[in-house]
Amino acid sequence: MDIFKPGPYFMMGDEAAALGAILAGCRFYAGYPITPASEIMEFMARYMPKVGGVFIQMEDEIASIAAAIGASWAGVKAMTATSGPGFSLMQENIGYAFMTETPVVIIDVQRAGPSTGQATMPAQGDVMQVRFGTHGDYEGIALAPNSPQEMLDLTIKAFNISEMLRTPVIVLSDAEVGHMREGVIVPEKVDVIERKRPKTPPEETTPFWTEEEDLVPPMPIFGDGYELLVTGSTHKGDGTRDVRNPESHEKLVKRLHEKIHRNKDKFLEWEEAYTDDAKVLVISYGISSRPSKGAVLKARERGLKVGFFRPKVLWPSPEKRLLELSESVEKVILVELSLRGYLMETQRIFGIDRVIHLGYARPEVPLSSEILEEIRRVC
Amino acid sequence: MASKTRILREKYLRRLPTAFCPGCGNGQILRAFIEAIDELGIDKNKIVAVSGIGCWAWIFGPYLRTDTLHTTHGRAIAFATGVALSRPDLHVVVFTGDGDGAGIGGNHLIHAARRGVNMLVILVNNGIYAMTGGQSAPTTPKGLKTKTHPMGFPERPFDIANLVFSAGADYVARWTTYHIVQLKNSIKEAMSMKGFRFIEVVSQCPTHFGRAVGITEPWAMMQKFKEMAEKGEIKVGVFTR
Amino acid sequence: MRLKFYGGDYLTVRIIENLCKGCEICVNVCPKNVFDAKAKINEYGYVIPQPTREDACIKCRLCEMYCPDFAVEVD
Repeated sequence: MDIFKPGPYFMMGDEAAALGAILAGCRFYAGYPITPASEIMEFMARYMPKVGGVFIQMEDEIASIAAAIGASWAGVKAMTATSGPGFSLMQENIGYAFMTETPVVIIDVQRAGPSTGQATMPAQGDVMQVRFGTHGDYEGIALAPNSPQEMLDLTIKAFNISEMLRTPVIVLSDAEVGHMREGVIVPEKVDVIERKRPKTPPEETTPFWTEEEDLVPPMPIFGDGYELLVTGSTHKGDGTRDVRNPESHEKLVKRLHEKIHRNKDKFLEWEEAYTDDAKVLVISYGISSRPSKGAVLKARERGLKVGFFRPKVLWPSPEKRLLELSESVEKVILVELSLRGYLMETQRIFGIDRVIHLGYARPEVPLSSEILEEIRRVC
Repeated sequence: MASKTRILREKYLRRLPTAFCPGCGNGQILRAFIEAIDELGIDKNKIVAVSGIGCWAWIFGPYLRTDTLHTTHGRAIAFATGVALSRPDLHVVVFTGDGDGAGIGGNHLIHAARRGVNMLVILVNNGIYAMTGGQSAPTTPKGLKTKTHPMGFPERPFDIANLVFSAGADYVARWTTYHIVQLKNSIKEAMSMKGFRFIEVVSQCPTHFGRAVGITEPWAMMQKFKEMAEKGEIKVGVFTR
Repeated sequence: MRLKFYGGDYLTVRIIENLCKGCEICVNVCPKNVFDAKAKINEYGYVIPQPTREDACIKCRLCEMYCPDFAVEVD
């Protein structure tokens, strides 16, 4: 099984993500073909059977996410991958995974939208959809890799977060990072987190309520004799549906939100450079972070006081750190392949008048010279 | 000898009475299912019951003491595929309805049949969207006056069992709630084999379908099923190739 | 839940008052006319039958099987 031996490889981003999933323990993949994510599925089709896992090509994206959730309750780590149009279809079931506290990973390799758009061109327009795509008060978690190496590392991290918190996690890639080939190092050792299993017998276990500090209840799986009552309706701690009592709903939804926010410091991650004395801060993520960082380095060579900030976990946002930086930084340049993307979040933290948006509707990797020009104009 | 009802109720059920309307066929289907698994001696902890959204979605939960998965509208079969493929040691049973299974979920139904995923699907066909108040469904008879077609339903209904049969399912049967003993035996037959098994049950909805069609007595509707089955207007039995 | 039996626990045909919803399927299916419909109102307001002619019962158990609410017990 050469592909899994630790060491350096030359891999496509999509394939590195699929490999990362297998290293994290994923043994179920359900998917539907869509450019630019099909390669993830094709890698899984080749390697899932070899590691004793299950691969199935479903009839649409809705079925794909549904099958992954079913497999997760059957005790198997599961994932699916898609792009914008498929991600839109999956929203209802992503909300279902959130409400039932099911660990599942979804990779969205973003492409130029809305609608069919340009299938092979990169974009970052789905950033807000991760937060607000599904109905109701849902809290999403999204990671943004910017290289094939990060496709591997952050997919492993996505599985760990989803198992730790019993919630769906989305890996927001894009057509460029997904399809580029670069050096990827498969690590010697991979730290894998498993879901919390029940320690008490069925009569004393509440799979959907806990008083513990981390607010994550234990998760029995099918066939263990726990007579599980998994439902997307509002439910009590033992899973019984409770659709008439407003207090019950409040209790459940508040805990689901608090669960994410109380634990976010355990997994928030970002990259920053030259932020100590920066007057202008360039914020970027995913593919646009690569020319952005290049521009920042060139600007520093010319003596401009500019810093660089790259969130690796987009949602929940690294608000605390950004608020700290907003004390010393005067202006922010947000670089992304979207007219909206992370704009509202950045404006919320820094103030509308302090944020300059290099939001590209043109779906191609920005030139670092363009970003450098903007930095020089602002400084 | 203690009553069979008492034995079954104590062994398999909790939190009765059910939420169903008086005379609803759902309770009878639950009965047939429980009798079947009891007679076969299947360990209830090895059964996973999956459903979507509709009145029949509550056939098992929160009453039936097995593992249950109550999912989104029309997608039960897709969720169940994930369970069935990951755990071939468990018996996966999907309950669905005529709207959930053949309307919004129609695509998942025919693909699962085509693929031969190892599960049993029991489709409760009452000819209407009852839970939401009586709107037309893919199996509403032509001409029936429903909430969304007050002038009479203009479309042709599906023959679901035939549809699933053509898609390649391994076992297809249709019964009505009148044929409860045959239904129980059919469930037994289906639970003893592998592959994609499908049983359509024509069931009475005295509340909404009953109002639309003018028969609100549960027994009267069951009698009508009996007559229509005898005349061949509802084709009951196991489909063979 | 505590079950309340119509007519007492000793009869061989019993209707469980607090599970019955008065759908009258048992009344209609019985070949020996054991039940009388609309005999009593239960705590939920359902008008339920009673097994008046319990000694005519031939233990065919059709009432038991057809009851959608597991509310009829035949020994």
